[in-house]
Amino acid sequence: MSLLEVKNLQVHYGGIEALKGISFEVNEGEIVTLIGANGAGKSTTLRSICGLVQKSGGEIVYQGKPITNLATQKTVEQGIVLVPEGRRVFPNLTVLENLKIGAYLRKDDAGIQEDIKHVYGFFPRLEERHWQMAGTLSGGEQQMLAVGRALMARPKLIMMDEPSLGLAPLVVRDIFSIITRINSEGVTVLLIEQNANAALRIAHRGYVLETGNIAMSNTGHALLNDDRVRQAYLGKSEK
Amino acid sequence: MALFWQNVANGLTVGSLYALVAIGYTMVYGILRLINFAHGDIFMMAMYFAFFAISIFYIPWYIAIILVLVATMLLGMLIEKTAYAPIRNAPRISLLISSIGVSYLLENLATVLFTGVPRQFPSIGSLQNSLVIGGVTIQQLAIYTPVVMLILVALLLTLINKTKTGMAMRAVSKDFETAKLMGVNINRTISSTFAIGSMLAAVGAIMWGQKYPQIQPYIGVMPGLKCFIAAVIGGIGNIKGAVVGGLLLGMLEIMIVYAQPGLSGYKDAFAFVALILVLLIRPTGLFGEKVTDKV
Repeated sequence: MSLLEVKNLQVHYGGIEALKGISFEVNEGEIVTLIGANGAGKSTTLRSICGLVQKSGGEIVYQGKPITNLATQKTVEQGIVLVPEGRRVFPNLTVLENLKIGAYLRKDDAGIQEDIKHVYGFFPRLEERHWQMAGTLSGGEQQMLAVGRALMARPKLIMMDEPSLGLAPLVVRDIFSIITRINSEGVTVLLIEQNANAALRIAHRGYVLETGNIAMSNTGHALLNDDRVRQAYLGKSEK
Repeated sequence: MALFWQNVANGLTVGSLYALVAIGYTMVYGILRLINFAHGDIFMMAMYFAFFAISIFYIPWYIAIILVLVATMLLGMLIEKTAYAPIRNAPRISLLISSIGVSYLLENLATVLFTGVPRQFPSIGSLQNSLVIGGVTIQQLAIYTPVVMLILVALLLTLINKTKTGMAMRAVSKDFETAKLMGVNINRTISSTFAIGSMLAAVGAIMWGQKYPQIQPYIGVMPGLKCFIAAVIGGIGNIKGAVVGGLLLGMLEIMIVYAQPGLSGYKDAFAFVALILVLLIRPTGLFGEKVTDKV
C-alpha cells in the first residue's frame, strides 16, 4: 500500500523551475531513495513534502489524504518527519533537550521516556553525553542526534536529507546500518543521498532525479547494476 | 556614611528598574535578532495605562496593576503581529526600521490621545514612604524593587530553562526552520516572547513611576535607550547579562554623581560613554552569547 504519493509536483524558486512535475510513491515499510546530482531537486522534494516550500502545482497524498498545502506543524503531527541536511541540531540545547524537543507535539510523558531509552539503545554515545550542549558534539554524533531527535516524534515516515554528508566513512557505515534498523522496526524511510552507492544498497526502490525530472526508477538492486546509473552517479566505468 | 548607603540603595533601585526593561530588549533580540526600539515606548504606554486606571478610573491599585500588566502584554503582542511578523523574513534592517516607526507612532499617538501635558503618576500602596534602617533613610521602593526584580528573573529563568515553552523559545532563537520541523509553533513562541518582555517593562514602568512620578509621551525615550545600553553591556541576547548590565549601569550613574557631584549635569551621558567603551573593548558584552557551534 502506498503511504506517500507525489503526483506531478512542481516547485518554482522565483523564476527558476526547481521541480518540473515529478511523481513517485513510497510504500509502507519501504526504504526509498532519491538520487541525483547537486541541484537536481532532491532537497526541494523533501522540503515540499513537509510544507517548508510553496508548491506551484501537483499533489501530495499521504495515507490516502491530500497534504499538499498542510503547514509543517500539521505534517509532523501526521507522522512525517524530516532529518534536515547539515544535521541542524540545536547547539544551545543539551543532547537530552534536543531529543525532548523532537517529541514536542507528544503529550505521553511515559512514552517519551521510553523512546529516549530506545534512542539511547541505538546510539549509546548520546546517553553518555546527554548533558552536553549539542553544539559541542562531533559531526557524527550530531547526525546521530538528528536521527534520534526525528525518531522521538514516533514517525511513520522518516525523510533524511543527506545523512552521510561530511562524515567519516566508518560513521557513514553506522548511519546506514541504523537506517536499516529503523526501517526494520516498521518506519518507512525516504532517503536522499549523494552517496548513491550506499543508498541504493539498502534501498528497496530508487528514483533518479535529473534537473527537476524523474529520469529513471527501479529497485535499488537494479539501479545499482544499471550502466547509466553506474556511469553518472557511482563513478564506475563500463568494463 | 548614611549618605553613601542611601546612594547604594538608590543605585540598586534604578539598576533593578533598568534590568527589568533591559530583559525585554535582550529577549526580543535573542529570538528575532531585532533591537526593538519601540520597547521604551511600550514602557511609556504602561505608565499611561497605570495613570488612567488608578488616577482617572479609581481602580484599586492591586487590581489596576494586573490590568496594566495584561494591557501592556497585549500591546506588545499587537505590535509584533502588525509591525514585525509580516516582515519576519525580510532583512534585519527592515525590522529595525519598522521598530523605529512603531516608536514614533506610539510617542505621537500618546501626544494626540493624552496630550503632552505632564501628568502626576499615582502612588501605589506605601512604596513612596520612607523607612529607616540603621540610621539610613530610604524609600520602601528601594527594598521592593530589587526583590521584585530578582523574583521575576528567577521565574523567567525557570520558565526558559526548565519548561517546554522555554525549550521551544531557545530552539526558535537558534533556528526557525528546524524548530518548525519539530512541530514548534513559531508564531506563538515569538508572541510569548513579546508578551513576557512587555510585561516586565510594565512592572518596571509602574515602579519607575514611584521613583520619578511624572509622565509625558517621551518619558520612555531615555530609559529605553539606557536599558538597551544595559542589555548591550551585559551581552545582548543573554538574560543574566541584562540583569547584571542593568544593575551595573544604575549603580554607575548614581555613584559617579555621589562621588563627583559636579558631574550631575552629565548624568545621562554616562550610559553612552559606557556603551562606547563596551563596544570598543568587549563588543559582545560581559556575558556575550556563547558560541558552542563546532564546524
